Amino acid sequence: MSESARKDTPEQAEFRTYCRDWLADNRPADPSVRLPLSPLEIMTQEQLGYLQAWQKSAYDAGLVGCDYPVEAGGGGRNDCQRVANEEMIRARTPFFPNVIGLGMAAPTVLYHAQESVKRDLLPRLLSGEDIWCQGFSEPGAGSDLANVQTFAERKGDKWVINGHKVWTSLAHFAEWMIILLRTDKSHKYDGLSYFVVPIRSALGKGVTVRPLIKITGETGFNEVLFEDLEVDDCYRLDELGKGWQVAMTTLLHERGAGELQTPRAGGLKSKSTHATNTSNLMDLARNTARDGKTAADDPVLRDRMMQMVIREEALKHNQRRARVPALLDHPMRLQLQNKLLSSENSQDIASLAVDIQGAASSLYLGDANAPSGGQWPMAYMNSYGMTIAAGTSEVQRNILGERVLGMPKSK
Amino acid sequence: MAQPNNFGFGEEAALLKESARKFFAENLPTDALHELVASDPNPERMTQSLWKRDAWQQMVDLGWTMLAVPESAGGIGMPVVAVAGLTEELGRAAFPCPLLPTLNATYVLAACGAQAEAPLAEIVEGLSATLAVTNAQGSWDTGSTDVRYTDGKLNGTACYVQDARKVDRLLVSAHSDAGISLYWVAADAPGVTIDPDAIVDLTRDQAHVSFVDVVATPVFDDGVAALDAAMPAIWTLAAADMVGAGEWQLQTSVEYVSARKQFDHALGFFQAVKHPLVNVMIKIDEAKSLVYNAACALDNEPDRARQYAHMAKASASDMAGFASGRSVQSHGGIGFTWECFVHLYFKRQKHSQVLWGDGAWHRALLAEALLGTAA
Repeated sequence: MSESARKDTPEQAEFRTYCRDWLADNRPADPSVRLPLSPLEIMTQEQLGYLQAWQKSAYDAGLVGCDYPVEAGGGGRNDCQRVANEEMIRARTPFFPNVIGLGMAAPTVLYHAQESVKRDLLPRLLSGEDIWCQGFSEPGAGSDLANVQTFAERKGDKWVINGHKVWTSLAHFAEWMIILLRTDKSHKYDGLSYFVVPIRSALGKGVTVRPLIKITGETGFNEVLFEDLEVDDCYRLDELGKGWQVAMTTLLHERGAGELQTPRAGGLKSKSTHATNTSNLMDLARNTARDGKTAADDPVLRDRMMQMVIREEALKHNQRRARVPALLDHPMRLQLQNKLLSSENSQDIASLAVDIQGAASSLYLGDANAPSGGQWPMAYMNSYGMTIAAGTSEVQRNILGERVLGMPKSK
Repeated sequence: MAQPNNFGFGEEAALLKESARKFFAENLPTDALHELVASDPNPERMTQSLWKRDAWQQMVDLGWTMLAVPESAGGIGMPVVAVAGLTEELGRAAFPCPLLPTLNATYVLAACGAQAEAPLAEIVEGLSATLAVTNAQGSWDTGSTDVRYTDGKLNGTACYVQDARKVDRLLVSAHSDAGISLYWVAADAPGVTIDPDAIVDLTRDQAHVSFVDVVATPVFDDGVAALDAAMPAIWTLAAADMVGAGEWQLQTSVEYVSARKQFDHALGFFQAVKHPLVNVMIKIDEAKSLVYNAACALDNEPDRARQYAHMAKASASDMAGFASGRSVQSHGGIGFTWECFVHLYFKRQKHSQVLWGDGAWHRALLAEALLGTAA
């Protein structure tokens, strides 16, 4: 019996057995298409279709939204999503495509939207039939998120929206968007309000989605332009001027610190995806020829690989130590390092992998001779998404310096 | 056997760590430490061994020197993870005393089995000890010694012997008919000469120890096996000391940059000052997590302990160098003076960084374990 299973409540234990049985019969067959590393890199309708069908079947079986109220399309259970997640990952399923919907939009809608809107939108969100995206960042509001300028003007019981959102992952597939808007220009924070707005049904009618192409050549995120898009007041979440507070619900859940457990699946190993970990890195070094011997014998590369092995191990035990108060000087000290360290570690591992490949690191996805199918240079380029998105490494270091070490706030 | 999630760091260990922190802070706050060890800035000063013998006696009375002695030998047999907690506090206080050398010698003796009963009994009685196992080249290879044992007598010189002038006993490795074996000698035995090294670190002393026809008690034939068995604990404790000292460097630097103003702002307002100190914190935390993981492995997962201890010492050594540099730099001009306390920790850390192998040395050995010997 697994460690977690031992601590199950009777409800969880019964549900765990149910999940395990269902997954044994219904885990989807391996896809015929190459799957991207994460939902944010879904490029084609084929990839999306395969992943949506999987999310729908898991939802229909009750493995998604287990803890959401029945009226909102959920399972009405107590702390069972955690169990479903553990079992899905154990069964090595594909991941869910509606990642922003599940992780950010769903809890925000549940806690802040009108009843009718919850009943209307959440079931198709949880099932993955409606893909959701997030409209927070703007050209002038990145790290300084509260500087959002996209404006909603009141006209009776409607709002008219004009402005420009960027870095909008999945917008090209999305039916709905959670969006942070300015409703008052005279107050920075208190002038923000939070809405959900239709995207796909409004294309050409006030909404334009344009793909942004990443440095890897992949699409996946977009810019979204609003020109006189009209939405009903019922799609406003919480009170006028409370947008910043509602956004905190979204961000808290994004960082895994919210009240509701996000439905999560995954673990399926795709042939062509190489995780950025040191065990793959060392395999690469063993299999890479360099000046007549393997790269694993090069003393400089050995030292650099060991530095990464050590950092990877340290990160693992940081997580462990975060739960031992006697070995912590500050309660948030390790948790707040997590995003920064995991993104920088992945980046440094990928960077080292590219160095190990030497001349062959010039070969990309389309080249038959590219080591590991060209995944390492792509992983290295993609790693900058992680050190920039959701608070850049620089912002993370400000947060650590100020909240944990108590140094004066940088503006 | 798997490791417990909390590193096995239970209530007893937490209490020991907490009381050690208080003890060191009360007995030798940093200003008193500076007064004790840094009264003479002359770079060509005579080497001295400056420490508080009365505080040491209290530590002995508290039982701290026999924490690592197995219960079967009359000691307390505390898990390594608890001893690491104590050592972290020792480093935080940069406390001059022979606790680490005594613990190091204890771990070697504990690896010698029944033959080490008599020396362990002396440690339980309160005697201190240090390892005399390093050759003139400063090699950390356990198989290298310049001392020879023939006809019941030791001859030769051991170098880089830690706190040699503070201890009662020496645990010496020497070439013998059986290979390299271990011997137990009183530090004041006839024929033993302790020549102090003039070292940078003000909080410890170090010496080369010469043996001329010294009558010694044989402890264990296979000295390399015993030393190798004990090394992971020795590396882990050295790393724990650096983690504690690093934390002092971090907190002291943060206080300074939060108080000192230039350009109408406290220095810590500027990200060029703030971010490097955050990086120091990150490196301390990595090293600290690896120290408790290695210590816990020594207690619960001995097969993996050696690798984990390499990781802890490599990480802590690199951190110690980095934290030391930042502590002086972020104090600016005052940090470059003798009167500012940061130099005490800077010097202790630079010493600990190389002791029992620096980062590159440990990574090379880790690479052999994970990637095999390089062709």
